[in-house]
Amino acid sequence: MRGSKLLPALAGLAALGAATSAHAIAWYFQSPGSQLARDIDHLHQYVMWLIIVIFVGVFGFMFYACYAHRKSKGHPAEQFHENTTVELLWTIIPAIILVIIAWPVTKVVIAQKDTSSPDLTIKVTGYQWKWGYDYIKGEGEGISFVSMLATPREQIEGKAPKGENYLLEVDKEVVVPVGKKIRVITTAADVIHSWWVPAFGAKQDAIPGFLRDLWFRPEVVGTFRSQCVELCGKEHGFMPIVVRVVSADDYTKWVAQQQQAKTVQAEDPNKKWDDKELVARGEKVYGANCVACHQANGRGTPPAFPPLAGSKVVGGAKEGHMDIVLNGKPGTAMQAFGKQLSDTDIAAVVSYERSSWGNKSGIVQPAEVKARRK
Amino acid sequence: MSAVADTHDHAHDDHGHGHHGPYGGFMRWVTTTNHKDIGTMYLWFAGSMFFVGGVMALLIRLELFHPGLQYLNPDFYNQLVTSHGLIMIFGAIMPAFVGFANWQIPMMIGAPDMAFARLNNWSFWLLPFAATLLIMAYFMPGGAPGSGWTLYAPLTVQQGIGMDFTIFAVHILGMSSILGSINIITTILNMRAPGMTMMRLPLFVWTWLITAYLLVAAMPVLAGAVTMTLTDRHFGTTFFNAAGGGDPVLYQHIFWFFGHPEVYIIALPAFGVISQVIPAFSRKPLFGYASMVYAVAAIAILSFIVWAHHMYTVGMPVTGQLFFMYATTLIAVPTGVKVFNWVATMWKGSLTFETPMLFAIGFLILFTLGGFTGLVLSLVPVDIQLHDTYYVVAHFHYVMVAGAMFSAFAGIYFWLPKWTGKMYNETLGQWHFWLTLIFFNMIFFVQHFLGMAGMPRRIPDYPLMFQTWNEVSSLGAFGFALAQFLFLYNLFTTLKSGVPAAQKQWEGADSLDWTHLPTPAPYHTFETPPVLK
Repeated sequence: MRGSKLLPALAGLAALGAATSAHAIAWYFQSPGSQLARDIDHLHQYVMWLIIVIFVGVFGFMFYACYAHRKSKGHPAEQFHENTTVELLWTIIPAIILVIIAWPVTKVVIAQKDTSSPDLTIKVTGYQWKWGYDYIKGEGEGISFVSMLATPREQIEGKAPKGENYLLEVDKEVVVPVGKKIRVITTAADVIHSWWVPAFGAKQDAIPGFLRDLWFRPEVVGTFRSQCVELCGKEHGFMPIVVRVVSADDYTKWVAQQQQAKTVQAEDPNKKWDDKELVARGEKVYGANCVACHQANGRGTPPAFPPLAGSKVVGGAKEGHMDIVLNGKPGTAMQAFGKQLSDTDIAAVVSYERSSWGNKSGIVQPAEVKARRK
Repeated sequence: MSAVADTHDHAHDDHGHGHHGPYGGFMRWVTTTNHKDIGTMYLWFAGSMFFVGGVMALLIRLELFHPGLQYLNPDFYNQLVTSHGLIMIFGAIMPAFVGFANWQIPMMIGAPDMAFARLNNWSFWLLPFAATLLIMAYFMPGGAPGSGWTLYAPLTVQQGIGMDFTIFAVHILGMSSILGSINIITTILNMRAPGMTMMRLPLFVWTWLITAYLLVAAMPVLAGAVTMTLTDRHFGTTFFNAAGGGDPVLYQHIFWFFGHPEVYIIALPAFGVISQVIPAFSRKPLFGYASMVYAVAAIAILSFIVWAHHMYTVGMPVTGQLFFMYATTLIAVPTGVKVFNWVATMWKGSLTFETPMLFAIGFLILFTLGGFTGLVLSLVPVDIQLHDTYYVVAHFHYVMVAGAMFSAFAGIYFWLPKWTGKMYNETLGQWHFWLTLIFFNMIFFVQHFLGMAGMPRRIPDYPLMFQTWNEVSSLGAFGFALAQFLFLYNLFTTLKSGVPAAQKQWEGADSLDWTHLPTPAPYHTFETPPVLK
């Protein structure tokens, strides 16, 4: 395709120039990691060159007129004001150019929509503000986890130097095998989110109550990073997507590891915990799940995100407190954590909230949470 | 301050201070039914909203100057993003062009005033109340809505009471637009001077006629969308909630069925202004008048069948994506015709480059650039890569700022002499143009790069690889803001002590306001219809 090498070459040049500064200056698409992304890149360049040619042509005429047909040069104004032939030509020629553009694009659209016969199917659920992943079909079936921003808040608030993958790092990466057709089914639990991996040309809104899908076939091993791309509330800018593409062997190992970890981690919900241990664990759960809205000092940012310090729910009966954490509060950003966290984690965070920021309303044991689940 | 001097000398007019009617001072503006007074108020209102929305944009760019959260919390950032969009579109750009319409349409068609003079007053006076509601939302518990100007459900259901203020503001703004449009349609269809046939109307009048129809058709749809949001929030309906049989995507379909015509509601009057300015400074009639009219009509009709190109990533069937892609690319044809006609108008003219012409040429180049990125975005696979990134932000600011706003500046510099009888400072005007042009591109050109590299829209903080372009963009924004003070200074000194302007200040201007009316235009124009050859 015309000039298909030139834009990336320019991008490379810019990157070279930027290499002396602290960070590379990104100004073009990430290098494609799938056929789809490569097709998109080619289409973009194809259209961009057409545009540049037309732009230079049309405004070449205009600037020539600005130069040659100036009053200050004594150019007299001619009074012609129509020409049917010319007008027909510049209606028909652009229409033909559009058909020339539409043809290759249509082929890519159809390919992009073909999510049939995947090797691996992963369901992605958007939450405010993290991503849930469930491997639902193919090797690794049954693996399920929630993936959250791993960048420490000190870096965001400027109290610590920012790391290399600032805002693009998560606690648990999605792992997929190279060369396999991956189908991603998107949905959401609260508001609309959008799941995107630019290197695969894969973007799909995650819509609460509906399932949508996309596919990609990663061609290279590596880590691919991105972010949520649909405004989903306060922490929209802080829910990254990280996909790690590994070889088939490594993938099999990873699956085994995950399944093993699952059996090890399954904690006995009937274990009676020591108060201090439970609260200490709760602080960690709180830091990962609750702090963005309710704040580290428990004061929240009312009224959208109410305070927990001195709250009626936290200070009230255990049952009410457990219910709201388990089931969320419809119509607000408070989501149902019942499906995301274990009985022990919920007991821990409830206990932490009930014994922090001046609250003194007692400890909740995992067994009580288990009993409270509906 | 009266922008209009009354040159009529009525015996019964014992006020003699340049106005009619029983009131003077502030009450004159509250009770006025004069199209020029109302046009003036629309323009001042739009100007103030432009500065309010501009301050919000500056706060946004300040936060984005460096990575990390420095000045704003993410919640407030989202509120600014939302209000900036709503205020600029409904408060600044739309009223600015209604202001032009009020001033120019009666003068250009040879009418004494607008058809419904009292309705005209009401259309305007609804606006300050709507704007007050929009701003008051900030002082409500929970603040203004942080859902983006598109107000997508179900995020809107989570917002505080500020959301309801915004919904009512949108209702009132819509009412104002519809009433204003009915007035404009009636005026153009019924009040033309004898001999002013439809195909002799200045193109500005044509674009407004078609825009007014778009407004009447599109605004009720928006009112419906926000009303459904209101009942979902408070009255237990589930239009946009799957759990109750609704669909969040339904909101987007309804919103964009309004939203795409809205783009042309803003763009068409801008085309109209440019179609007056370019022939005037080329000293040559507009090339292809008839095809210009047909192109505007074609764009207006097509604008109703392309809405879902804003929604390629919601997961439409492939046939839906292909239909909306083909329909969208078709708009390039009539838009292309307009650009070619403007260039052909300049071709072999006798060109001069006063400030209005500079802004018109700036419009021509940059709007075309925005149109081209629109073509890029119309292609489904490319859009899926670029959707909701800064590429889109760059694209629509080329259309809204370099398109509509440059055109509004062209119009203000072009007509200010006729309206006030005073000439602005040409040197300052040209400085204003060049600085605006340079800083505009500094803000928005680099945002194409950010979008392609993967920076999402509406985020208060960003990964480090986006730092350089964000710094350039923010610096551009501060420069852009400073350049607008040059405009304000020029405007105020012109009003205060500008040199008197000639009746036909621009050699090539040929509409009735320039050829048949003294400068400044009298308070009441054409009490007897002008005679057209």
